[in-house]
Amino acid sequence: MNPGKILLVEDNPDDVALTLRALKSHNITNDVVVAQDGAQALAYLFGTERERRAEQDLPAVVLLDLKLPKVNGMEVLQRIRADEGTRLLPVVILTSSDEERDVIEGYSLGANSYVRKPVDFVEFTQAAKQLGLYWLLMNQAPPVPRRP
Amino acid sequence: MALRDWPIQQKLTAMLVLISGLVLLLTAAAFAGYQYWSLRQRTLDALSLRARIIAANSTASLAFANEADARELLSALRVDPHTVAAVLYDKRGHVFAAYPANVAGDAVPAAPGADGYRFERGLLIGFQPVEEAGSQRLGTLYLASDLKAIYDTFRLSGIIGLAVLAVALLAAYLLSRMLQGTISQPILALAETAQAVSTRQDYSVRAPKVGEDELGVLTDAFNQMLGRIEDQNRALRESKEGLEQRVAERTHELEERNEALRHNSAQLLAANTELDAFAYSVSHDLRAPLRSIDGFSQVLLEDYAVQLGEAGQDSLRRVRAATQRMGILIDDLLKLARVTRAEIRAEAVDLSDLARDIAAELQRATPERLVEFKIAPQLRARGDPRLLRVVLDNLLRNSWKYTAKQARPRIEFGSVEENGGQAFMVRDNGAGFDMKYADKLFGVFQRLHSAAEFEGTGVGLATVRRIINRHGGRIWAEGAVDQGATFYFTL
Repeated sequence: MNPGKILLVEDNPDDVALTLRALKSHNITNDVVVAQDGAQALAYLFGTERERRAEQDLPAVVLLDLKLPKVNGMEVLQRIRADEGTRLLPVVILTSSDEERDVIEGYSLGANSYVRKPVDFVEFTQAAKQLGLYWLLMNQAPPVPRRP
Repeated sequence: MALRDWPIQQKLTAMLVLISGLVLLLTAAAFAGYQYWSLRQRTLDALSLRARIIAANSTASLAFANEADARELLSALRVDPHTVAAVLYDKRGHVFAAYPANVAGDAVPAAPGADGYRFERGLLIGFQPVEEAGSQRLGTLYLASDLKAIYDTFRLSGIIGLAVLAVALLAAYLLSRMLQGTISQPILALAETAQAVSTRQDYSVRAPKVGEDELGVLTDAFNQMLGRIEDQNRALRESKEGLEQRVAERTHELEERNEALRHNSAQLLAANTELDAFAYSVSHDLRAPLRSIDGFSQVLLEDYAVQLGEAGQDSLRRVRAATQRMGILIDDLLKLARVTRAEIRAEAVDLSDLARDIAAELQRATPERLVEFKIAPQLRARGDPRLLRVVLDNLLRNSWKYTAKQARPRIEFGSVEENGGQAFMVRDNGAGFDMKYADKLFGVFQRLHSAAEFEGTGVGLATVRRIINRHGGRIWAEGAVDQGATFYFTL
């Protein structure tokens, strides 16, 4: 089993709790790192703390909400795609919005997937399960880039 | 300067002076001719009379050859300064006596000439026979008179004539100067007026009228013409001013309307932006708590089912159902809002294709239902394909839904003639509706059936109508309870 971590960027604690529960109920036991806003996500990915960790410590997938305090999801995605080290990191947008412009902008900025959180929790856990299965098990992760 | 270029005043004056001068000259010439002739005649008469008197008196001297008497007789001619010479010849033709006594021999004829009087070498001469009454001729008398008297008189008359001519010409000139004004003045006034009109474009001037003659008529006609031109000019100016004013008013109106339009469009833009932000926030923020309510209700149902008991679980299931209905409601409202602000990208759309697609989709979602679809082929229209899909999806889905309780459900998509144009229609044999409430069909949240009968949010037909309106079309419905419904729309 891929020991990769999941970086969950989500400001709503309810959504964090429900997402974690949904993942766990389908036996997805990977570590989940929660960032409560865009700034935390960026600090985790690029901050000084990150420097001390090994390259291999990059999350297997980032579950990214769009509407976030401080730095919004689109900006986080832009930063991830702009950095040589995280350019190929799988990013799944997981959000409430199904606004067309958000979907278009998300894909344009290089999101790998765009999932709308359904209101129905049963559907939501199904979605979480599929995401976990796909990104953590089925998907062939990109090779870890070497930093100079 | 050529005569035709002279000012009219000079022409008139010259004409009058010339005519009067000519008349005077002719008169003077006729008078002078007559006077010359009559003077000569009188002088001749006087000379012959004198000759006859002297001849009668000299008969005795000749008869008796008395030279002294004869000389005495002739010397009486002294009193007449004009008689320059006199000679008495005897009957043989020899000079008998001469006057003046010392006259040169060659100054008088040596022998008498033919009887009679004639003008010769600037003198009037005459040979008068000297006869005794009724008897033989005694001799001949010669008299010579100069013409000084005639010339003096003639000169005097000439001087008088010239003076009269000069005075008359002067008078004619002065009179013509005075009188030509009656003709030239109105013409000059007309000319001046015409010039003023042509140089200043001033049609308000009028030529002064002097009399009722032809010039007066001309002046009147000219003034009337000016009056008409002035009137027309004024009318033109007024209509131009009116036009300009109307243009200005219209421009002002247009500007105001433009301003209002700009204002409105700015307001619309602001409202649209607000609606955008609102819709976005609804889409994102209102659904989040719903997810929490639904999610944690499910958590309770899963983890605390025993503690909750059957009644508790039922309550939570109702909470979840309501939450999910609200989610759908929010989604439908969002769709309606999107339809309102979506930009319409018109292109050719095959509605028949769309309808078949949707029918297949409905069938796939509920494979156990048996519905007869009758879709007319090749119905095409111009419009936004995504929005038209929403229209057909809503209408066909409605038909699908309301035929659920029908034993042999049938759904039809076709077109009909409507006021010379094409109207599309979606017909079913489902639950139908009461025409009394036909106007409520397309209102937001307006439903003619309870959620228990047929589920729904009451937003679908409102969305459909908004899309049709935005395409410039019209939508209406016909139906009867349990007889099915037909929705017509134009694009």
